[in-house]
Amino acid sequence: MNSTIDIDKLTIHEAHEKLKNRDLSSVELTRACLERIEHVEPVVRAMVTISAELALCQAEEADRRIASGESGSLTGVPVLVKDNICTRGIRTTCSSKMLENFVPPYDATVVEKMKDQKAVVIGKSNMDEFAMGSSTENSSLFPTRNPWDLERVPGGSSGGSAVGVTAGEAIYALGSDTGGSIRQPAGFCNVVGMRPTYGMVSRYGLVAFASSLDQIGPLTKDVTDCALVMNVIAGHDLRDSTSVPRSVPDYTKCLVPGLRGFRIGVPKEYFVEGMQPEVAEAIRKAAVKLEDLGAEIDWEVSLPYTPYALAAYYVIAPSEASANLARYDGVKYGFSYADTASMWEALEKTREYGFGPEVKRRIMLGTYALSAGYYDAWYLKAQKVRTLIRREFDQAFTEYDALITPTSPTVPFKIGDKVDDPLQMYLSDVCTLPINIAGIPAISTPAGFVNDLPVGMQIIGKPFSEETIMRIAYAFNEVTDWHKRRPILKDQGASCG
Amino acid sequence: MKLSREEVLRIAMLARLGLSEEEVERFKEQLSHILDSFEILQKVDTTDVPPTTQPIPLSNVLRRDEVADSLTLGEVLANAPQKQDEFIKVRAVLGET
Repeated sequence: MNSTIDIDKLTIHEAHEKLKNRDLSSVELTRACLERIEHVEPVVRAMVTISAELALCQAEEADRRIASGESGSLTGVPVLVKDNICTRGIRTTCSSKMLENFVPPYDATVVEKMKDQKAVVIGKSNMDEFAMGSSTENSSLFPTRNPWDLERVPGGSSGGSAVGVTAGEAIYALGSDTGGSIRQPAGFCNVVGMRPTYGMVSRYGLVAFASSLDQIGPLTKDVTDCALVMNVIAGHDLRDSTSVPRSVPDYTKCLVPGLRGFRIGVPKEYFVEGMQPEVAEAIRKAAVKLEDLGAEIDWEVSLPYTPYALAAYYVIAPSEASANLARYDGVKYGFSYADTASMWEALEKTREYGFGPEVKRRIMLGTYALSAGYYDAWYLKAQKVRTLIRREFDQAFTEYDALITPTSPTVPFKIGDKVDDPLQMYLSDVCTLPINIAGIPAISTPAGFVNDLPVGMQIIGKPFSEETIMRIAYAFNEVTDWHKRRPILKDQGASCG
Repeated sequence: MKLSREEVLRIAMLARLGLSEEEVERFKEQLSHILDSFEILQKVDTTDVPPTTQPIPLSNVLRRDEVADSLTLGEVLANAPQKQDEFIKVRAVLGET
């Protein structure tokens, strides 16, 4: 049975059909994923923890649920969870030395909701430490490789989640997105990744990085799967006070072909200096496709505050991070420096040895921006610019249903290329982070290839318009099929094809 | 914007973040460079613009104060590096500066 499953191509909705019709059991499907992991994991290194035993246990429970005739769309389907989302009894490291041995005593709300459906958690995915980074090279454990070219990065910070999906280690994954951390790796790995509206998915149990920007979302093989995951994880949660009390629609209902009547804008500021011309070209071609589908495209939209978004983001996000990461003191949990009797020395050494370079850099940057004498000039100023960026999007959405841009200015870059230049690394999020600043939803969908490397298209909508952006992505994928391409892991020979 | 060595050490102290000698030097250069490029924020006219602290504003979020299950003591203490009986053990605070 296992040899006949193309795990790297199998979607949630296809798996669900097979499970429901008893063509396949969840235990068989989980075993197939674990076999696939055994083959590809030594090459791509996307997973921090492989929870094989627990997963098989959950798969057995899922099979019993299916036998009772009460299965949901995620029942029995293996998922990879980013390692900053708490999983009860499974180590949750944030790819940091600080939390290397941290085993959460509770599940994040999203995990709880998936477990209610008897989803199978197959493991935890690698990431940039505490989600700070754009390449997964900042993982303190090991870097993850892009299956499309093993010399290149998978993007980040949810790099392990994106690789796990594209390489077939799991059927889908959860990630978190603070400045592009779902969309950018989704674009780099040729999968669909959505950052929902701020507050649409509970952040309870997501290890905090920048609380006003963080949001959990799905990484999937197609838009239908994205909708199915959202149906389960979205919704109000009393344990997250920023969670929005809104009802959750059936997101699959909006997925119909054709885009007649849609007005879509292409903001020119997103085609930035330093953007790879072939990437810009791929997105322009994608826009023409949307036009063919009946949408009206405005090629001359202007969002003049866009060039200030990067600086505003890198003041706000590190400021919030420096406050959130103050909790790592070596007392309650996590790494603890033991070799001193001095409280202050223990605290400082715990943080010196527990945090990696990028995390330290951002704590320093944030602490500076919040410190007396600099607060008004940096933090408060950035928050005011944030208001202007939000207003600009609000204004644009009075005219357009959605905006489209490249997800990243380039195709995946080489491992090591940007590690010594933090500003260059920050620039790889230049197209995605304005969305977090505004708190609005955006989806990245496969939109072409440049030199055999994937290009993502970002579709941006107004608050709570997930259905609109998913519909556009869906209609686009229906007529392009870029999202169906999967990498061939050459080193592994035919056994992984 | 050129950060001095003393400023880097002061920020590290505020964050209670130990840094190696090499990190102090590296951050001095890198943070100066990063802050330089962020100077463009000062060009934006933000007169009468209120700050955004939360992108989707909600206010006075309340919930019923109901008794519910919580973590057991064992679960709460499970990850503590040092403990004694039912307590997390900490270093002496008095007398420290």
